[in-house]
Amino acid sequence: MRRRAVVSAGVPLAMYEQGNPAGPTVLLVHGYPDTHGVWDDVAAALAADGHHVVRYDVRGAGASGAPRGVSSYRLSHLADDLFAVADAVSPYRAVHLAAHDWGSIQAWEAVTDPRAAGRIASYTSLSGPCLDHAGHWARRRLARPTPHHLGQLLTQATRSWYIGLFHLPLLAPAGWRLGLAARWGSVLARAEGVTPRAGHPRPTLAADAVRGIALYRANMLRHLLRPRQRPTAVPVQLITLTRDRYVSPALGDDLDRWAPRLWRRTLTAGHWSALLEKGPTVAQMIGEIAAHADGAPAAPALERAAASSREQAASQRQRLRLGPRLGPRLGRGLERAAFAGKLAVVTGGGSGIGRATALAFAEHGAAVVVCDLDLATAERTVELARLLGAPEAHAYRVDVADSAAVDTFAREVAVAHGVPDIVVNNAGVGHGGTFLRTTEKEWRHILEVNLGGVVHGCRAFATLMVERGEGGHLVNVASAAAYLPSKVLAAYATSKAAVYMLSDCLRAELAPAGIGVSTICPGLVNTNIARTSTFSGRSADGLDATRDRFAALYARRNFPPEKVAWQILRAVRENRAVVPVTVEARAGRLLSRLSPALTRAAARIDID
Amino acid sequence: MTAPLRTPARTSARRRSQATTAFPYDGGDLDRFRELQRLAYACAERVGAWLEPGVTERQASARLGRELAAAGVQDFFHIPFAWFGDRTAFRHFRTPLQFFPSRRRLEEGMPYILDCAPVIDGYTADIGYAGRAGASPVWDRIDRDLREYRDLIVAEARRRTPLNEIYARVDALIARHGYDNRHRVYPGRVIGHQITRTTARGPAGVSVLGFGVRTLQTLGREFLGERRYGRSPLWADGRASRHAPTPGLWAVEPHVAFRDVGLKFEELLVVTEDDAYWLDDDLPHVRRWQRAADTSSDLAVPDLAVPGVVVPGVASGVAVEAR
Ligand SMILES: NC(=O)c1ccc[n+]([C@@H]2O[C@H](COP(=O)([O-])OP(=O)(O)OC[C@H]3O[C@@H](n4cnc5c(N)ncnc54)[C@H](O)[C@@H]3O)[C@@H](O)[C@H]2O)c1
Repeated sequence: MRRRAVVSAGVPLAMYEQGNPAGPTVLLVHGYPDTHGVWDDVAAALAADGHHVVRYDVRGAGASGAPRGVSSYRLSHLADDLFAVADAVSPYRAVHLAAHDWGSIQAWEAVTDPRAAGRIASYTSLSGPCLDHAGHWARRRLARPTPHHLGQLLTQATRSWYIGLFHLPLLAPAGWRLGLAARWGSVLARAEGVTPRAGHPRPTLAADAVRGIALYRANMLRHLLRPRQRPTAVPVQLITLTRDRYVSPALGDDLDRWAPRLWRRTLTAGHWSALLEKGPTVAQMIGEIAAHADGAPAAPALERAAASSREQAASQRQRLRLGPRLGPRLGRGLERAAFAGKLAVVTGGGSGIGRATALAFAEHGAAVVVCDLDLATAERTVELARLLGAPEAHAYRVDVADSAAVDTFAREVAVAHGVPDIVVNNAGVGHGGTFLRTTEKEWRHILEVNLGGVVHGCRAFATLMVERGEGGHLVNVASAAAYLPSKVLAAYATSKAAVYMLSDCLRAELAPAGIGVSTICPGLVNTNIARTSTFSGRSADGLDATRDRFAALYARRNFPPEKVAWQILRAVRENRAVVPVTVEARAGRLLSRLSPALTRAAARIDID
Repeated sequence: MTAPLRTPARTSARRRSQATTAFPYDGGDLDRFRELQRLAYACAERVGAWLEPGVTERQASARLGRELAAAGVQDFFHIPFAWFGDRTAFRHFRTPLQFFPSRRRLEEGMPYILDCAPVIDGYTADIGYAGRAGASPVWDRIDRDLREYRDLIVAEARRRTPLNEIYARVDALIARHGYDNRHRVYPGRVIGHQITRTTARGPAGVSVLGFGVRTLQTLGREFLGERRYGRSPLWADGRASRHAPTPGLWAVEPHVAFRDVGLKFEELLVVTEDDAYWLDDDLPHVRRWQRAADTSSDLAVPDLAVPGVVVPGVASGVAVEAR
């Protein structure tokens, strides 16, 4: 790493360069109370990827100069610093900018400055809005004080408590000096889940933190109370951190007004853990927008981020116009674009619940990948999904019982369409038969498809999701048979009970990675399953008659798979753990808790 | 559309097997039925061409009634119907009164269905004509698939597959297509009903609950007559339809929908003791499919063949022969 100083309006700024000097320049700006060191992991990953990475300590922090007087920390000076660094390291080519926290607030000042044209090629913003945009954001909400809007204002206000403190004389500086700085490492570890590391925070922390309070005092009220119009033509990638305690995601709602070339992405991380724990993921996102701004085709994930942004903008406009209740809503109160920008994979998507689920995701803006044993039916689902407006839809032939095939499928999906945000392990087969009549072969088949299919799907896709670090959601379709024993469903109920338990275990394991797990227990749903179920110990004629009887039962019950699909979407949206769907599934679950003995007695009933 | 009658009570298998009826019409009769069916479709086509955004269902059905009367129609088996938008899929229909034309206005991109059943000299037609106002990719997709239902039904009828089983196979095709069955919303869940020459003497042009008085008289008589043999003049999926197609004329109306877009056709199927064919192949939907098949060859192959059931082309070949 090369270090040199750049002087901006008399203030010496400590600047650090690494990576390939001929590669595209990425300029990283840190926030408060950090130094360039907060970017170490991101910078290393970007440099390894062939970028020319440049960082500097902002004025008042780390090894840079610290002018006196609050007014020296106005945004206009900070933007001048940024341009001075950019001019020094890349005088002839525009730089790609990424910034965090206060760095992001300063960078917005530069990005919305007329000088940005030709100097800034792309901008990735984490956890720091343009203060003027935030001012307008609050004004619009105060002008239209619907419960939704007031809720958003309140949420942001509760996350900004410290700003008030920072405006009081003495208190905040004293706090930093009297121990907060010394304990900052453990504060980050406890509150943010950041692994303590050597050299972080820097020894200059207490002094930086105290000086940096000037950032707040010089700028906050000015811009929030009298916001200026600050549009930009620079391509902007907004990375929303789902666990940010200081910046609420709603702040970005109106951003498309100011930055029409906008990509919205989400990262399951906290305010600091994004950079300190998920550096490589952030680096990859920065690299993607940079490459795209330089003319490369958009990576699939980035492509969907643009879609997500467009949809969100449309529904936001609608909401501001009509109020939240009248926005475009579909099935059970989900907004039409609820899953815009997401990729959903559905196994067994050629029929019944799987098809309905894939179509419901498509209808709500998601790209879908459908796999099934029967490719023609999966392709049909894909065609219908496109008719419903799916931005992308693809069909694959996969036997979920075959673990190698599922691994290959997951890899192909990741390469061709990106890592999915949602995976619905739905493929399954029905089987009726008492234990002593069920052959070993039948047992193996039921367990391989119903349990094995879910195991393989979870393993292959959860691995990808964890690697990507942006969270996700797994949905496993079990059955009410998971908690309602029956002597004639020995193998089926066993397989579904295993899926139920597997999901409970997995939920605990994946929660820290921001991956939700939902178990769905449908009940009697009118699908093909009655026609395709197998039954132990039946002659061909007897089998037909039994199937007819079951099909008639399911048809009379006539519960449509579309309603199961809605519940699946809701489960993902609200991260629900277990969802019994039909009345009988819900009543059965209640009964299995209130009186397990009764369900055991009912298990003796001959169903056919 | 069909009559709002209840399906008959169960009858013994023994009595069911006695039923053998000769085909009751001669070539002259069939010509009259065919002529009237063409006339009805021609009127519906004219009204379809006249429709434009802003027109209500009531205006459309009234216009259809006037067109038919001007063409010499004396009575209606049931009053003319018009459905627009999601009403083509019978979404949120709870009572039979919702079938009646409403004040719903046609909008750009909306599907529509016209359904009428004119009577001339006791000869009856019952037709369904589906269309769309402006572009609708969903409508076009369903329309291309609708052809498979027409081929499937006649192929099964020729095989003398029991009516309730044909119904189930239509349902299976609907499931494979990913659509839903909307004919089951009709009273009695019927996909079709028998058509006879009405011979009743009640007042022409008077209707009760949408059905002509003469219709009700004739249907009532038919119903009692067929019941003696354990057959129903209605074609549904219950026990009453567990018999081979009865020789005679059947108005068949598969009606399918995807989300808020519903399509149907309705036309007469001729069932003789040993054969079955569509009364006419020169109808708007058949011509439309033919044109589409001529321009894009991929339509000659069904997207989803049901193994061993649908052999497209063969069925229509039969019908052409029969003409
Ligand atoms: N329908 C119900 O009443 C009901 C009730 C409880 C649970 N479930 C569960 O819901 C899920 C979906 O069932 P459905 O009712 O939609 O049935 P369905 O038979 O209509 O659809 C299942 C789909 O999975 C596919 N499939 C089967 N084995 C596969 C394999 N090895 N690899 C890939 N695809 C395979 C089939 O081809 C079919 O398209 C199943 O897991 C089932 O156990 C259904």
